[in-house]
Amino acid sequence: MTINNFNLLKSKFQKKRNISLIVGILLFFLGILDFCLNNFQNKNITFFLPGSISFFTPLIFAVIGLHLIRIEFSGIKILDKLNKNINTSNFNAALSSCIILLLIFALPPLLNWFIFDANIAGDTKEACTGGGACWVYIKVWFNRFMYGMYPNAEQWRINVTFIAVLLFMAVGFFVPNRLRNYLSFYYTILLPIISFILIYYIISGGSFGLVWVETGAWGGLSLTFMVSFFSLIFCFPLGMMLALGRRSNLPVVKYSSLSFIEFWRGVPLITVLFMSAVMFPMFLPEGTYIDKLIRVVVAITLFEAAYTAEVIRGGLQALPRGQYDAAKSLGMGYWKMHIFVILPQALKLVIPGIANTFLALIKDTPLIFVVGLLEVVGMLNLAKTNPKWLGFSMEGYVFAGIIFWIICFSMSKYSQSLELKYKTDR
Amino acid sequence: MKIKKILPQILTLLFIFLIFSFFTMNAQENMETRGLDFGFGFLKEAASFDIQFSLIDYDGSHSYGRAYLVGLLNTLLVAVIGIIFATFLGAVIGVARLSPNYLIKKTASFYIEFFRNIPLLLQIFFWYFAALRALPMPEDATLLLGSSFMTIKGFYTAAPIWKNFDIFFVALILAIVLIFFFAKYAKKKQEQEGKQLPVLIISLAIFIGLPALTFLIGGVDLSFSFPVIRQMSQSSYTFDGGFKIPPELIALTLALTLYTATFIAENVRAGIQGIGIGQKEAAASIGLTPSQVLKLVIMPQALRIIIPPTTNQYLNLTKNSSLAAAIAYPDLVLVFAGTAMMQTGKAIEIVGITMATYLTISLAISLLMNWYNKRIAIQEK
Repeated sequence: MTINNFNLLKSKFQKKRNISLIVGILLFFLGILDFCLNNFQNKNITFFLPGSISFFTPLIFAVIGLHLIRIEFSGIKILDKLNKNINTSNFNAALSSCIILLLIFALPPLLNWFIFDANIAGDTKEACTGGGACWVYIKVWFNRFMYGMYPNAEQWRINVTFIAVLLFMAVGFFVPNRLRNYLSFYYTILLPIISFILIYYIISGGSFGLVWVETGAWGGLSLTFMVSFFSLIFCFPLGMMLALGRRSNLPVVKYSSLSFIEFWRGVPLITVLFMSAVMFPMFLPEGTYIDKLIRVVVAITLFEAAYTAEVIRGGLQALPRGQYDAAKSLGMGYWKMHIFVILPQALKLVIPGIANTFLALIKDTPLIFVVGLLEVVGMLNLAKTNPKWLGFSMEGYVFAGIIFWIICFSMSKYSQSLELKYKTDR
Repeated sequence: MKIKKILPQILTLLFIFLIFSFFTMNAQENMETRGLDFGFGFLKEAASFDIQFSLIDYDGSHSYGRAYLVGLLNTLLVAVIGIIFATFLGAVIGVARLSPNYLIKKTASFYIEFFRNIPLLLQIFFWYFAALRALPMPEDATLLLGSSFMTIKGFYTAAPIWKNFDIFFVALILAIVLIFFFAKYAKKKQEQEGKQLPVLIISLAIFIGLPALTFLIGGVDLSFSFPVIRQMSQSSYTFDGGFKIPPELIALTLALTLYTATFIAENVRAGIQGIGIGQKEAAASIGLTPSQVLKLVIMPQALRIIIPPTTNQYLNLTKNSSLAAAIAYPDLVLVFAGTAMMQTGKAIEIVGITMATYLTISLAISLLMNWYNKRIAIQEK
């Protein structure tokens, strides 16, 4: 039995209500029609009104329409839902109509640019005849955006390495239970070494019959992944040490960690990269040369480690004192207490914070253009100056934006799911 | 037991000492072989390069020290504008995120998810190289609001021309000081006698009235110079007069604002959500009006949650403004760590000064915000 069956207002106001409903819906659609005609057909059906009023007529119609259909309880499911969600007051109705009109205004041109007027067939600039996006540009330059200046014939090496590293990373899902205790050791120490060896021997080459490719030629999205991967796995243990140092009872350890953290958090990454590029070589013995890529990874690692340390410190502080006391009363020493009792709980608490730091790291990687390494954004800026392909910067930036958005968005969703997963047992 | 405490500290000290001495020794050796000397004397030498956009008087004949100041002021300008806009936008979006209106809620969360998952540098490039390049040339620009032009070369608007600006400025400062003391007096009076003075109206009256008075009797005068288009050659036009905001500044502020506002919005949302509904109901039940509930109960508590993470965002925005170098906006990094370093070759000194400057700004902002945070923190007795 629906509530409609004994709606007392029904008989008395039924007629008036229906009229106001119909008039409201008509007015609302009149507003939208007026807006569409204004924008897409260049016809103004309210030309007889003065300019500024005529401009606002769609909005006024829509708001009056929404006002008329705002009925306390109509019994019509869809109408009630509408009223409850977007039409609770005149102010809300005005905002809702603004958003609806804005969507009508912005969506068709955007869709046209993206899909309907866009070109993807062909291999040259001349293939782009429509007014929309020229995805041919992305298609032609795709390999460059992915692999930088890495020779085309050798690009399989990058793919193979990435797949291998991914497999090594997935080991955690397959190990038998009795080996599980060694996983953190594997991830913090073994995995970086294995990945470094793989990248050094396969991507760099120079032995086993593979051609040597210098790091200056690496680039594109694969470089983004490499830089973020290594910075990620190195900055985590370092940040953990710093966080422990920051909370240590030993004054020297405490204040050196503190000043280290505050120093790196106080300067922008771009100056750190400047430092690694121009200042750091001055601090090394004459004739020593450290590869640009390694310097960059070290700089980003130190920078992000300071942020990770602060996040982890937050987790350590949030743990109740009882945990420390209980561990000590069992006779555990400093390291035993932290490794088996404190850190596992503290790290669980800071999953969202760590994920945010990692996201920030990935979003910071384009900055390595400062030292002349061209990852995907850097490649875009290079491609945009190519005389054969002038004038397609918009497509390039949109493309890179979509890639980064997908990576960052999926990572943040994953961290949210992790957070939920680990929240249950506390 | 004692050795357990002293040994790690000695080791740490030794480690730090070794690293520092290793670096300094190498640096000395390297500088000797390259014929460089360490010193800050170059700051007084003539810089002999031009800067596109400057808030103070500057040309090539000024010193490197002056160039540093120009860069620093440009950085601070972007940071301050960005912080103001991002705070407003962030607050609006954060409140909109909690709106009962489905469309508004979804629009706000779409905005947040969209802008914060794209690297800031990419956004700056997008606005500068793609969006602002689509603007019309000066000769095709349409007049906005009767005085301004939005063109590919920047935003041209009316420039104020002051007469006796110093008197006006003094009056403005005086008005602010007066308002400060009046507010203090009003609060005291309310505490003692329970009487509420119309603080807002009187403050506004002082703030508008005193500077306005200088126009009438102080000899202050304000007129505007409007941008006028002029043909330079066959196909090139420019504007004379008026005030020009360069496109680099627009792109940078736009990107910084849109990006940072997403984080501030999330802080604001968390702050408002962090206050129990009971607080609101309790306040309403003792007869406070909705605006009083917001002003006296909700906001003071929400601010406590909002301010610490928002301080971090202000710091991030200031540090991120150094990305300006990527689109050649003459900020500290571009002017000093870029051009000046290329010319003098004093890598260590210049990178050192630049980093020290950012450190000082960061520490200053965090000290200021810590002080404010302490002021509004719960006073437990």
